[in-house]
Amino acid sequence: MLQRERPSVLGIEAVGPYRLLRVERGRLEPGAPGQFFMLEAPGRPLPRPMSLCLAPAGELAFLIDPIGPGTRALCTLEPGERLSVLGPLGHGFRLGVERPLLVGGGIGVAPLPYLSEVLGRPPAVLGFRSDWHAEAAALVPNAEVVVEPTYVTEAMLAGRDVLACGPEPMLAAVARLAPEAQLAWEAPMACGYGACYGCAVQIDGELKRLCVEGPVVAAEAVAA
Amino acid sequence: MRLMNASGCLDALTAPDVARSLDAFVTKTVTPLPRTGNPGPRIAEVEHGMLNSIGLANPGIDAFVATALPRLAALDVPIWVSVGGFVVDDYVELCDRLDDRPEVDTIELNVSCPNVDDVPSSVGEIVAAARAATRKPLYVKLSPATADITASALAAANAGADGLSLVNTILGLALDERTLQPRLARRAGGLSGPGLKPVALAAVYACFEATGLPIVGMGGISSGRDALEFLASGAAAVAVGTILFGDPAAPARIRGELAAELSARGVDNPDDAVGLAHAREPSAAASSTTSVMVSS
Repeated sequence: MLQRERPSVLGIEAVGPYRLLRVERGRLEPGAPGQFFMLEAPGRPLPRPMSLCLAPAGELAFLIDPIGPGTRALCTLEPGERLSVLGPLGHGFRLGVERPLLVGGGIGVAPLPYLSEVLGRPPAVLGFRSDWHAEAAALVPNAEVVVEPTYVTEAMLAGRDVLACGPEPMLAAVARLAPEAQLAWEAPMACGYGACYGCAVQIDGELKRLCVEGPVVAAEAVAA
Repeated sequence: MRLMNASGCLDALTAPDVARSLDAFVTKTVTPLPRTGNPGPRIAEVEHGMLNSIGLANPGIDAFVATALPRLAALDVPIWVSVGGFVVDDYVELCDRLDDRPEVDTIELNVSCPNVDDVPSSVGEIVAAARAATRKPLYVKLSPATADITASALAAANAGADGLSLVNTILGLALDERTLQPRLARRAGGLSGPGLKPVALAAVYACFEATGLPIVGMGGISSGRDALEFLASGAAAVAVGTILFGDPAAPARIRGELAAELSARGVDNPDDAVGLAHAREPSAAASSTTSVMVSS
């Protein structure tokens, strides 16, 4: 059953170049870390997929990189304004892991604060393109931060259960080092619930809808 | 008046509650062989809608009939199966395979997908051959990207179509704001959403006058007001597509808004709104629509 509500914005705060959009939770469930929500982008024809960043009592918070018309519109929301929120959607991270290591790159750190909280603050390695972007690392406890030209793969601990989210080249590099990693992918999608077929990616050798099969997918399933 | 989904805009098996909120569910187009579809990115939002280049991804008729159809039938919503092909024989095969399936209410012939390279044969040929292959009601989905859509509509009508689905998407292009490169992997894609509405209304209006066939109107319907405009232009039923992506509860909302729009105009039955936008003979207006108040 799809769950869609129209919560109020509680606040929006700058985190480096990103914005943390906090909305009231109402009857929405936070879901599992790595699951996502479709957020109405004011004035735009389509909503935007956002993984849940934080789930404080009574709130849901999303980390947004204002890089396009939809994400910029989301970042202009004011406290008290309402927006439609659909979710949680898709499959999140599998949490039954023994020695978790969180790996994130850029705006891909978005689902990691909530994941860290649920897993009991495991170690994390986060990569950013600048110190300004790296301000987002403050949201993730126990994180080692690297800034380009250093990459997360140079700081990853061996023998860990890797749970990662970040840009595609980073995920591909993580998959080579940790073939059993769980990777959260991203693809343009219109609906988030399997209707538009827009988010098809190669999974197990076939084009499959990321919103239905993912967004968290085993590294082996997406390796070429 | 029936409210349906546009083909390819809903998967009833992943969102059964949305499908049950419709008067009929229209499947994504099924082709004879499985198709993986186009590589990504496949969708791009534009100012007044979106572009898609999915490329008729579907499991093929064998898997559809064996796996999907029985599960769709369990939803207890009339099932329209959209079929598509590249040569006349494809449509014949598909209609033949579906003809004896009691789960299938209606077959929609997609003769107008903008996202595949091969251009299908003429509409008249396809419809005539499909007509010979099935007793199911046949609706023909047409593209508005033609100089005169009524020529295709008349060809479909003369070949035995039971109705028209108007309209499919039209090709559009969107460029990345930074790189100025096409945002879709296939470059151009089908435009849907509010930007398509006036194009669709013109097609419905023209085909209503030209053929008299029942029409399922679609193209940017987002509100009850939009649905009313399609009815007034000549649609007997309406379908929603792009709006479902952002608002899966749109069918119930649109029904409510349409009822309010009709009631405000003193129209009791949605069917009485069909064709209101067309000039009528004074006698016909006096005899059949005296109770209808049409705002200008």
